Amino acid sequence: MLAHIFRRIVATIPVMAIVALFVFSLLYIAPGDPAAVIAGEQASPEDVEKIRKGLGLDRPFVSRFGEWSWHILQADLGTSMFTGLPVTQLIVQRLEPTLSLMVVTLILSITIAVPMGVIAAWKAGTWVDRGLMAFAVLGFSVPVFVVGYVLAYVFALELDWFPVQGYTPLSAGFWPWLENLVLPAIALGCVYIALIARITRASMLEVLQQDYIRTARSKGMGQSGILFVHALKNAAVPIVTVIGIGVALLIGGAVVTESVFAIPGLGRLTIDAIVRRDYPVIQGIVLLFSLVYVLVNLAVDVIYTLLDPRIRY
Amino acid sequence: MLGSAVPVPADVAVEPAMPDVLPPIKVRRGLAGFVYRHPTIAFGAALLIAMLSIAVLAPYLGTVDPTALSPAKRTRAPSAEFWFGTDMFGRDVYSRVMYGARVSLTVGFSVAILASLAGLAVGLISGFVRWADGIIMRIMDGMMSIPPILLAVALMALTRASVTNVVTAITIAEFPRVARLVRGVVLSLREQPYVDAAVAAGTRGPMIILRHILPNTLAPMTVQATYICASAMIVEAILSFIGAGTPPSVPSWGNIMAEGRALWQVKPFIVFFPAVFLSLTVLAVNLLGDGLRDMLDPRMAKRL
Amino acid sequence: MPLLEINDLQTHFRTPDGVNRAVDGVSFQMGEGETLAVVGESGCGKSVTANSILRLIPEPPGKIAGSIRFRGVDLLKLSDKEMRRVRGNDISMIFQEPMTSLNPVLTVGRQLGETLRLHQRVSRREADARAVEMLRLVGIPEAKRRLGEYPHQLSGGMRQRVMIAIALSCRPKLLIADEPTTALDVTIQAQILDLMKDLKAKVGAAIILITHDLGIVAEVAERVMVMYAGRKVEEAPVEKLFRTPRHPYTQGLFGAVPKLGSSLAGNLTKLAEIPGVVPSLKQRICGCVFATRCASATDLCRQSAPALELKAPGHLAACHFAPKEALAA
Repeated sequence: MLAHIFRRIVATIPVMAIVALFVFSLLYIAPGDPAAVIAGEQASPEDVEKIRKGLGLDRPFVSRFGEWSWHILQADLGTSMFTGLPVTQLIVQRLEPTLSLMVVTLILSITIAVPMGVIAAWKAGTWVDRGLMAFAVLGFSVPVFVVGYVLAYVFALELDWFPVQGYTPLSAGFWPWLENLVLPAIALGCVYIALIARITRASMLEVLQQDYIRTARSKGMGQSGILFVHALKNAAVPIVTVIGIGVALLIGGAVVTESVFAIPGLGRLTIDAIVRRDYPVIQGIVLLFSLVYVLVNLAVDVIYTLLDPRIRY
Repeated sequence: MLGSAVPVPADVAVEPAMPDVLPPIKVRRGLAGFVYRHPTIAFGAALLIAMLSIAVLAPYLGTVDPTALSPAKRTRAPSAEFWFGTDMFGRDVYSRVMYGARVSLTVGFSVAILASLAGLAVGLISGFVRWADGIIMRIMDGMMSIPPILLAVALMALTRASVTNVVTAITIAEFPRVARLVRGVVLSLREQPYVDAAVAAGTRGPMIILRHILPNTLAPMTVQATYICASAMIVEAILSFIGAGTPPSVPSWGNIMAEGRALWQVKPFIVFFPAVFLSLTVLAVNLLGDGLRDMLDPRMAKRL
Repeated sequence: MPLLEINDLQTHFRTPDGVNRAVDGVSFQMGEGETLAVVGESGCGKSVTANSILRLIPEPPGKIAGSIRFRGVDLLKLSDKEMRRVRGNDISMIFQEPMTSLNPVLTVGRQLGETLRLHQRVSRREADARAVEMLRLVGIPEAKRRLGEYPHQLSGGMRQRVMIAIALSCRPKLLIADEPTTALDVTIQAQILDLMKDLKAKVGAAIILITHDLGIVAEVAERVMVMYAGRKVEEAPVEKLFRTPRHPYTQGLFGAVPKLGSSLAGNLTKLAEIPGVVPSLKQRICGCVFATRCASATDLCRQSAPALELKAPGHLAACHFAPKEALAA
C-alpha cells in the first residue's frame, strides 16, 4: 500500500515536468513577439527590449529553462513584472481566500450532489429523476458568473440574507468567514454538482442492475440500506474519479467567482495579471493550480484502494 | 389467421384468455415518434436552430449598428425603443446581443471541429505508432493537468486579443481529451479479430483506418464534439468576462457582460440579457449532446 | 392449508415495442417440506415466476397480477415493509451466478450477518457467531477466517455455499433456488446438490428448484412443473412425468434424455433440441402456445388454448390430444 502510494507520487513527477516545460515554452512558441504583446501598443522599443531581458527571452531556451526550473524547485516562481515582488510571495498572500472557497465548494457540492444522484437513480424514469437531471443539465449550461450574479442579486441585494461581496479571513471567526463564502460556493459549485450528480446517477443505475442488489433485496433489505450500503460503495469509483477530474472546473471557475464576489484571492491576482500582461505571475498560478490538480487526483487514486477490496497493487 | 373457425368438440376444455395487466403500448413512428423518443435532441436542435438563425439574420432583426455609441442615451432601461436597454456607452444591448450570437457560435463550432480534427490526428498516431504513444500520451497528460481555463488564460496573455486567438487557445486546451478518446478506441479496436484479419489479409494502414477505425470513433467523437462546443462557448464568455478574450470592440456575450459588470447592482439588465442567451445556447448544445449520446451509444449513456 | 398457493400469476413488462407477457396465468400449490422442480427452456418464464413470488420484479416496468398465498397470506397484497419481513426470513432465494450474486465490496461475514440482523434481534457479536455456525453447516472450512474475506477471494463453489448459508440463516419455510448449479463445474454441482438435500432435511424447508437440467430434477425433485412460453403446460410427480410425459413439449424435452432408472446420478443431461423457436411473448397468443412447434398440432390447437386437465391421478397437462387415463372417482 505504502509502496503503491510512493510509486504514484513518483509518477506525478514527469507529469509536472511536462506541465512546467509546456508553460515555460509558451513564451517561445507563442505566435509573434510575446515581449511586444506584453509591452502593449504604445511601448517604446527600449521598453520591449527591457521586457525581453526581464523574461530572459534574449538567452538560449535550454539554459534559461534549466535556470528557471532550478528556481521553481526552490519554490522561487520568479518576479512580477508589474510590482517587482516575488511571485511566490504574491501567491501566498492570496492563497487563503481561494483555498477557503474551493474547500467549502467541494464539501457543499459533494454533500448535495451524491444524494441527488442516488435519488435520481432510485427514482429513474420518474418525474423526480427528470427534474433532478434537468436541474443538472442547467447547472452545466449556465456559466458560473451568471449564477453568481443571480444569487447575489436575489439573496444579497433583494433579500439581504448574505453579504453581497467581499471576504472575511478565517481568523476573524468561523461564521463570518462562512457567511461570505456561501453564495460564491453555491455559484461555483453548480457545474460541479451537476457533474457529480450525473455520474452518481449513471454509476448507481449500472450497479442497481447487478445481481448482488437483487440478492440484497431477496434478503429483505430496505431501500435505503440497498442504496447507501450495498450500491453506493460499488458505484463509488467512477464518482470519486469525476470528483477528482472536476477539480479542474472548480479551479477555472474560482477565478471568475472571485471576480463576481470581489474575493481577494488568486483569481483576482490572475485577472490583475492578465490586465497587466504580467506573465511570470500567470505562469506561477498555472503551475500551482496544476500541482493542486495533480495532487488531488493522486489522492483519488489512493482512495480507490479503500473503496474496492478488489483493487490491489 | 382464423378465417374458418373450427368447431370445438364438446369434450375439449378450452382455457379462457388471461386479462391484460398493463395497458397496451402505443408504438409511435415518423417525426412525432422521433420527438417522443428523443425529446432532448428535438428540443436542443430546435433551440440551436433558433440561435443559428439569430446569428445569421442579425442585421435583419430590427438591429442597429452594435458598436454605435450615443453617450446621450447611456444605461437606459429596456423600453420600446431599446428592447434590452442600452449600456454605459449608449450602445443598444439588443443589437449587441443579437450580433453576439455570431461570436459565441463561431467560437463554439470552430473549436469543436478543430479540436476534433486535432484530437483525431494525434489519437490515431498515438494508437498506431507504438514508439510515439508513450511520449504523446505523457504530453497529453501534462496538458490535461492544466485546468482548461487557466491554459487558455496563459495563451491569451501572450497573444493579441482576437477571435482567432481565442479559438486557438481553447482548441489547445480541449483537444487532448479527444486524442485520449480516439487512442482508446484505436487500442481496443486493434485487439478486435476483424482488424487482425484485415491486417493479416494485407490491408494497408490507411485503409484499415478508413474502414474500421473511423466509423467506430465517429459516434463517441460526435458526442464529445458537442460537449466541447458547449464548453468552448462558456470558456469564451469567461475569457472575455475576465478581460482575456475577444477584443472589447467585438460584441460577444462575454464582452457585453464584462462591460455591464461594474453596473450590475444598479443596471442588472445589461448582464441579464446576454446571460440568458448564452445559457440557452449552451443548454441547447448540451441537450443535443445528451440526446445524441443516448441515441448513438446506449452503453455510454449508462456511464454518464 | 398449503404452504404456497399461486393462482393465475401474471407478470408482464412494459417494453418500447409492446407488453411482454413473460408469465401469463400460472397456478400451482406446494406443501410444507416439498420439493418442486420447475423446468423449461430459457425464456419460458421460470425465473420470472420465481422472482415474482418474492416480488423482486421491478415495478414499473413490470407488473404482477393474480395471487400468491403463502401460508394463507396473499404476498401481492402486503405493503413493501411487510414484504421485506418475508424476504430472507420466511422465503429466501439463491441465484444462478455465485460470481455476481455476492456484493464484491462487503465481507462474507457482513453479508451473512446482515440477514440475521435484519430479521432477528441479535447483536453484531451474536450475528458473527451464528454466521460462523452457518458457514460450518454448509461445509466451509476455516469459517472464522472466511468471515473477514471478500467474495473474490472464494471459489465459485464456495460462493454458492455462502449464498446457501445466507439463504438458510433465518430458517425459511421456503427456499427458491434459481438454477443454483448451472454456473458451476460438474463435480461442484453434485456437491452443492448433496448439500441442498442434506440441509433440506435439517432445516425442513420446502424447495422450488428451477432448472433446465433434467438430471437434477430426477435426483432431487418430488414433483415437476413444466413451463413453456409463460404458461404451465404439464405437472406431475417426478416418476410419472419421467415415465409417461403427456405434453408434446415435455416429450420433446425428453427426446434425448435416458429414462428414469438408467443411472442419472452421474449423467446430467441437458434438454434436447426441439425444432423452431419460442413464440414472441409481446403479442397475445391465440390457441395452444406450443402449436407453432408441435408436430401434431391441428386447427383446433391453433384456435383455442387447451385447459390444464387431470390426465391421470396427480398428472396435469394442457393438450387437447394428450391421452386421458381412466380417473378413479
